Amino acid sequence: MIEIRWHGRGGQGAKTAALLLADAAFETGLYVQGFPEYGPERMGAPITAYNRLSETPIRVHSNIYEPDMVVVVDETLLKAVNVQSGLKEGGKILVNTKQAAEKVAESFPAFNGEIWAIDAVGISKRNLGKSLPNTPLLSAVVRLTGIMDKERFFSDMEHAFAEKFSAKPNVISGNMQALKEAWESALHVNG
Amino acid sequence: MSKKDRMSGNQAIALAIRQIDPDVIAAFPITPSTEIPQYVSAFKADGLISTEFITVESEHSAMSACIGASAAGVRAMTATSSAGMALMYEMLYVASSDRLPIVMAAVNRALTGPININADHSDSMGANNSGWIQIYSEDAQEAYDNMLMAHRIAEHEKVMLPVMICQDGFITSHGIENIEVEEDSLVKNFVGEYHPKKHLLNPKEIIGVGPYSISAYYYEMKMGQFHAMENARKVILDVSADFEKTFGRKYGFFEEYRMEDAEFAVLVMSSSAGTGKDAVDALREKGVKAGLVKLRVYRPFPAAELAEAFKGVKALAIMDKCDGLSGNGGPLGAEVRAALYGKTDGIKTINYVFGLGGRDIHVKDFFGIYDDLEALVKGESRPDCKHIGVREKR
Amino acid sequence: MAKENSMGNIHEKSPWQDITEGGFVYGPGNSVYFNTGDWRVRTPKWDPEKCRQCLLCFPVCPDSSIPVLESKRQDFDFGHCKGCAICAQVCPFGAITMGDAGEGADE
Repeated sequence: MIEIRWHGRGGQGAKTAALLLADAAFETGLYVQGFPEYGPERMGAPITAYNRLSETPIRVHSNIYEPDMVVVVDETLLKAVNVQSGLKEGGKILVNTKQAAEKVAESFPAFNGEIWAIDAVGISKRNLGKSLPNTPLLSAVVRLTGIMDKERFFSDMEHAFAEKFSAKPNVISGNMQALKEAWESALHVNG
Repeated sequence: MSKKDRMSGNQAIALAIRQIDPDVIAAFPITPSTEIPQYVSAFKADGLISTEFITVESEHSAMSACIGASAAGVRAMTATSSAGMALMYEMLYVASSDRLPIVMAAVNRALTGPININADHSDSMGANNSGWIQIYSEDAQEAYDNMLMAHRIAEHEKVMLPVMICQDGFITSHGIENIEVEEDSLVKNFVGEYHPKKHLLNPKEIIGVGPYSISAYYYEMKMGQFHAMENARKVILDVSADFEKTFGRKYGFFEEYRMEDAEFAVLVMSSSAGTGKDAVDALREKGVKAGLVKLRVYRPFPAAELAEAFKGVKALAIMDKCDGLSGNGGPLGAEVRAALYGKTDGIKTINYVFGLGGRDIHVKDFFGIYDDLEALVKGESRPDCKHIGVREKR
Repeated sequence: MAKENSMGNIHEKSPWQDITEGGFVYGPGNSVYFNTGDWRVRTPKWDPEKCRQCLLCFPVCPDSSIPVLESKRQDFDFGHCKGCAICAQVCPFGAITMGDAGEGADE
């Protein structure tokens, strides 16, 4: 089982990203959970969301305390929240940032896993003309989990976009380009 | 054929409602059940259901509208949580004493005081003596399945009682999980149509509903409800058996998990049962004879069956996601101990209060519970009632 | 179950099994079976000579105990009149008078 914890701020779509990942993983035949930690809706407040992805049925209904992977949707959280809390030995941290992975790694001096960086906002702006970092982040997360190869992922997502944006087909190609750029551009260093 | 899908508990309930296509839904939005009437109104707008959707100004009115609709002879449903259910309490008793088979999707949330939106069972436990059948669900699958069974139980001529299908707010209502869903036509066929024998809109037989009952009648009316609740036992099992035959998923009053030779058992309801099962598996690996019972049907309470299930057990933890502040543990603890009394004396029990207001419980917490049970059996002392997952000074 | 169209079969000695499910009351107008007339302490007396048939009395009767036939009130329905005296209060012509306690209770 792969357990993932998302850190974002209220309104940034970390929950939506977790649900999208659950959807993508479900399509590969995995058992999935995607759930946010709920509280009063407060725009900008730190929030967490979670995913479990497993080849066997998932019964546990608690939050995730020892994730295999942490996704940081907003890098300003690195100063506010201990995103590394409970992260497994050799786990992965993915940060949405303009900075290089080496620079991000300075925030995790005592970490022995992989630190990944992706400029999801930049990719989104280049391909979609606005800041919608969820799609590129999802692509990078799917790559890091290894739950499916990129051809399968791109083809699944193309179908999903075709359904979702049936009224606005021009949006589909931008989203697909964002996914592809994100898959290739996520870079990592070992912590 | 069932279809594999993934959805939240609220989506699963909404799907069941779309497939059942009840005649009337009256609801007032309250977190975390709000999504259910939202989905219903979308179904209505999209022409997918023929339901009359009544937007009301309070939950008291929602239940009142359901009572009126059900007395008029149609299938009536609602959804609510927490303070919304509390505002219905008065009318819940009216629904059950009028013997109206209303079905409620209850999404459990802590009762206010202090205000909180997260899961615990204080709302439905506050209604546990209202004459409603109460069925609790571990996950989205069970919420869906229980909802498909609800009307057949409620509308059975020997029952004619309202039913609430409960699930844990946010934990299952808003979490996406795998689920098997059934074809619309098979669901419609399983649920069947509702043709009440008596109803207000029958011009050939004029009736009055909800009369004042002086003391010469009130008690006899309650006896009618008492026997209907007794009759519900068999009907629940029969409908569950037919459900298994039709859709392949098995349900009873409760689920026994690795209980065959268990010495240390936990009784728990709803979403935390799955977490407990993972703990049981881990303990079994270590040779601990751990088992778990997940209570599904809380009303009518399967006292004799639970006593039978626990007869080989040395120690039992009864877990309440609600502190009744009774001075005598939680409601489930009190009832289970009463059920065991005189039947399985010698079982040591601890009543745990946990998970209040959305406090998370994880596998490690269950390890601590089984440790307590082992210590108790070894002769160490443990309190009768214990709060876990709470911060306190040592 | 009791014969459901005859609520007269359900009374204060009926076992719970004979009470209708949900307490449903079958058949309209069943209050006629309930003889409230024996609650009466003071009995009204109607004087047809003084009565101008203005019909102010019958709508105020809480027990529908003043029958009206072809726009004319008749004598009281003493099977149901509780003797509340509201009719005597509203009569502008002194055509309704109340007897003393116990007087005429058997009328």
